[in-house]
Amino acid sequence: MIDFASLIEQIDKTTKTNHKVKALDNFFKHAADKDKVWAIALFSSRRPKRAVKTSSLRGFAAELANIPLWLFEESYHIVGDLAETIALIVPETHHKNLSLKFTLSEIIEEIIDLKDLSEQNQKKYLFDRWSSLNYYSRFVFNKLITGGFRIGVSQQLMTKSLANVTGIDKDIIAYQIMGDWKPSEISFEDLILSPKKESLIYKPYPFYLAHSVDVKLEDLGDCNHWVYENKWDGIRAQLIKRSNEVMLWSRGGELISSQFPEIIEMGNMIENGTVIDGEILPFNNGNIGSFNDLQKRLGRKNVSKKTVNNNPTILKAYDLLEHNHSDIRIKSYANRREILCKLVLDVNHPILDISDFHDIKNWEDVVTAHSIARSKNSEGLMIKNKNAVYKVGRKKGDWWKWKVDPLTIDAVLTYAMRGHGRRANLFTDYTFGLWRINNDGKKELVTFAKAYSGLTDKEFKKVDAFIKKNTLERFGPVRSVQPQLVFEIAFEGIAPSSRHKSGFAVRFPRILRWRIDKSQNEANSINDLENLLHV
Amino acid sequence: MRASLLEFNINGIYCPQADIYIDAWKPVDRVIISHGHADHSKYGHKKYLTHHYNVPIVKHRLGKVNIEGKSWGEKFSINGVHFSLHPAGHVIGSSQVKIEYKGEVWVYSGDYKRENDGISTPFELVKCHTFITECTFGIPAFSWKMQNEVIKEINQFWNECKLLNQTAIIFAYSLGKAQRLIANLNLDIGKIYTHAAIENLNEVIRTYKNLPETYKITRETKKEQLLGNLVIAPPSTHGSSWLKKMVPYVTSSASGWMTFRGARRRRNIDRGFVLSDHVDWKDLVKTIRETEAENIVCTHGYKDIFSKYLNEIGYNAFIENTPFEENELLVEND
Repeated sequence: MIDFASLIEQIDKTTKTNHKVKALDNFFKHAADKDKVWAIALFSSRRPKRAVKTSSLRGFAAELANIPLWLFEESYHIVGDLAETIALIVPETHHKNLSLKFTLSEIIEEIIDLKDLSEQNQKKYLFDRWSSLNYYSRFVFNKLITGGFRIGVSQQLMTKSLANVTGIDKDIIAYQIMGDWKPSEISFEDLILSPKKESLIYKPYPFYLAHSVDVKLEDLGDCNHWVYENKWDGIRAQLIKRSNEVMLWSRGGELISSQFPEIIEMGNMIENGTVIDGEILPFNNGNIGSFNDLQKRLGRKNVSKKTVNNNPTILKAYDLLEHNHSDIRIKSYANRREILCKLVLDVNHPILDISDFHDIKNWEDVVTAHSIARSKNSEGLMIKNKNAVYKVGRKKGDWWKWKVDPLTIDAVLTYAMRGHGRRANLFTDYTFGLWRINNDGKKELVTFAKAYSGLTDKEFKKVDAFIKKNTLERFGPVRSVQPQLVFEIAFEGIAPSSRHKSGFAVRFPRILRWRIDKSQNEANSINDLENLLHV
Repeated sequence: MRASLLEFNINGIYCPQADIYIDAWKPVDRVIISHGHADHSKYGHKKYLTHHYNVPIVKHRLGKVNIEGKSWGEKFSINGVHFSLHPAGHVIGSSQVKIEYKGEVWVYSGDYKRENDGISTPFELVKCHTFITECTFGIPAFSWKMQNEVIKEINQFWNECKLLNQTAIIFAYSLGKAQRLIANLNLDIGKIYTHAAIENLNEVIRTYKNLPETYKITRETKKEQLLGNLVIAPPSTHGSSWLKKMVPYVTSSASGWMTFRGARRRRNIDRGFVLSDHVDWKDLVKTIRETEAENIVCTHGYKDIFSKYLNEIGYNAFIENTPFEENELLVEND
C-alpha cells in the first residue's frame, strides 16, 4: 500500500488542484488494477464496513502508547481525527517498511476479515501493523478502518484523473462509477474500461446541480429563453425502470428503494427504459410538508405499512433523462419537459406529480414568485434555460437556484466543542439557546440549534479564545460556556418537534453573524421562534 | 509544602522575599526576563535583568530600557534569595531562572526545548524542588523528529522549488525559528532572503553570534532574483500583498503545530514542517523526571491535561494561569 499512502502524502503536501490531479494520475497509471478499483471506491465514499469498534481502537492505541485511556481521549479531542490521533500516538518503531510488502487491496482484505476475529486477535493484528508501518501508511491504514475517507480528493478530481489516464470522457467516467458496485467483486476493466451492458442497467446518471444565482436576472438575457420552477426541499432522486426492475437512487448515491415502497410500486407502471429526475416530498392532505416529516422515512432499512400511510410521499418530477431506452440528456430542456409531461399524464398516478413550469414574460414575474415561495413551503426558485442539455455535476450557466431568504433569530452561545479536520483544536462547533420564561417567572436558556459554519477564521479564533477563558464545566469534549455571546442564526425552515428540547426543529441552521452589539438578555425567546413558524 | 518562593499574581510571577518579578505581564519595578518573545518581555518595567545574549534583543524590541545582562550560572542575591540564569535552549538568549532560598530550589523553565538547535545555547538541566514548566505541547500526540531529519526535508523542499524555478517561502517566527533555519539550512542550494522584521533581528544577533549571510527583501528586490531561493517571512505575511508580489512560489511553515494535518489546511499552506522550539511530550516528561522535582507547576499550553497526568503518576502538580498564549493558535512563536 506504499503507493496509495504516498498518494495521500502527495495530496496532503499541496493545496493546488493541479498537483493533486497529477499525483492521482501517477497513481492510476502505475497501481495494480485491484488497487485502482479500491481507490475509486474509497474516493467515492464506498468504504469497507467498520470491522473494529472505535472504542476498541482507542483502548488498543492507548495500551500500545502506554498512556491512560482518558489521556488518549483528550488528545483525540484536540487532534480532531481518530485515525490521525492513533497514527501520532503509537510509538514509531524502526523496522518500518511493511507497507512495501502489502498492496492496498491486500490490506483492505485483512481489515475486512478483522470482524471475525476475537478482540484479543484484533489487538494482536493492530499492534503488529501499527508498529510496522511508517506515519503516513499508519494514518491511511487507520482511515481504512475508521472510514470517512475525506482527505482533500473530491469525486470530481478523481473522475478528472481517471479521464486523463484512460482517455475516456470524464462525464462517462462519472456515470460509470455511479450506482451499486462492490470493489471486491468488480475489475477495473468492468468498472471503467469496458463496462458490461447488463451492469449499466443499474446505474443512475450523474445529477446536474445548479449554482446559486450570482448575477442580476436581467443579465441572463432574453427572458423568453428561460423558465422558472419552485425549488423543493426533499430528497433529490432518480427513479429508474429498466428490464422490469424499478430503482430509486438518491443524489448521495444511495439506493433508497426499500424506504419508499409506494414510489417503487408506482414505478412499475412506467415503461421500461425510463429515468426520471425528481424530488421525493412529504405530502399530507394535499399539501407539501416540511423536510422534518420526511425524516421519519429515512435511515431505516424497511418501512412498515403504517409508517408509509402516516407519512405519505410523492415524487415531484423535474426532468426526464432516459426515454424509450435512450439517453436523452442531450435534448433541450424544453424538449425533455414535453416528453416528461406526456409521460406523467399517461402514468396518471397520484404519487407521480410534475414540477410546475412557468414561462417568463418579464423578470418581474420571477421576483414576485420568489417573494411568495416560502408560503408554498418551497425553498425558492429554479431558473432554467429552455435550451439547456442535462449536464454532469454542478455547472454554471444554464441552471440557477435562487433560494428564499433564510429565517433568522438571535441566540446565545451555550456549549462548544472542538471542530474536526481543518478546524481541529479550535472550538468551532457551537450549541445555541433561546430564552424561555418558566411558570415561576424565571428565565432560562433552552437549546434550539447547533451550528458549525458562518464565521470567518478570524472570528472563530476570537470565539475560541472566549470559550477557553469562559468555560463553566467540561463534559468530555463538550464545554458549557458563560452565556454571553449572541449570534444571529439563519435557517431554512422550522417545524414542531418532540425530539428537541425547545419543541422545534430548524433546517440547516448556520451562523449569519456575530451580534457584538447585543447582550445575552437581548437575545430572542422560544416564543419568537414559534412566531416564525407562522411566517 | 508550597511555601511560595514564587507566586502568580495579577502583575506576573512574583518572588515576595526578593520583591522581584519574572516575565511580568504588567509594568513592575524589577523584572527578570526569560527570553525575548513579546509575551515574555513586555514594555514598561523600570529595571530589566536578563541574559547578555537577550539584552540587545530586548533593546531592539523595546527601545531604551534600563537593562542589565547576566552570564549563564552567574549568581546574584536579593534579600537572601539567590538567583541564576541557565540556558533553556528555546531561542538565542533564553533562560531558565533558578531561585534558591534557605536551601529550597525553584526553577522557572520559561519556554524550553532539549535538542541542541545549533544556534541557541543548549538546555541545561537544573535539579530543583519545584519546577515551573511550560506545556505548550503537553499531550502525547506531539513527538518531534531529530532536527537534522527535518532540516533535510526542508532542504529537499527548497531543492524541489528550485528545480521548478519557483520561490520557496517558509513562514517562521522572527526571533528564534528564523535564525535556527538560517544556521542549519544548506546554503549551497541558494540564497536565503528575509523579511525586514527578521533581517533587523539578524543584524542585532550578528553583533555577538555567527550567522550565515542573508539578504533583506526591499522595494528594489525583483521577484526574478528570488526564484530558486528561499524566503523566510513572519507568519503574519501569509496572504499579504508583500508576499503576492513574489509569485510563483510555494508556501511552507516550520512549527510544532504542523503536526496536525488540519492546522496546515486551515492556514492554507502547501507544506508543513514539524519543527518546534518547545519540548514535545516525551521530553516534557523526561525533563520533569530529571529535575527530580516533587512539585510541578504547569503554565501555558495543555496545562489541565498535563497536570492531571503528572498527578496520576505521582507528582504534586498544579496549574497556574498566565497570559502567555492562552489561545495557542494565535501565537506563532513555537
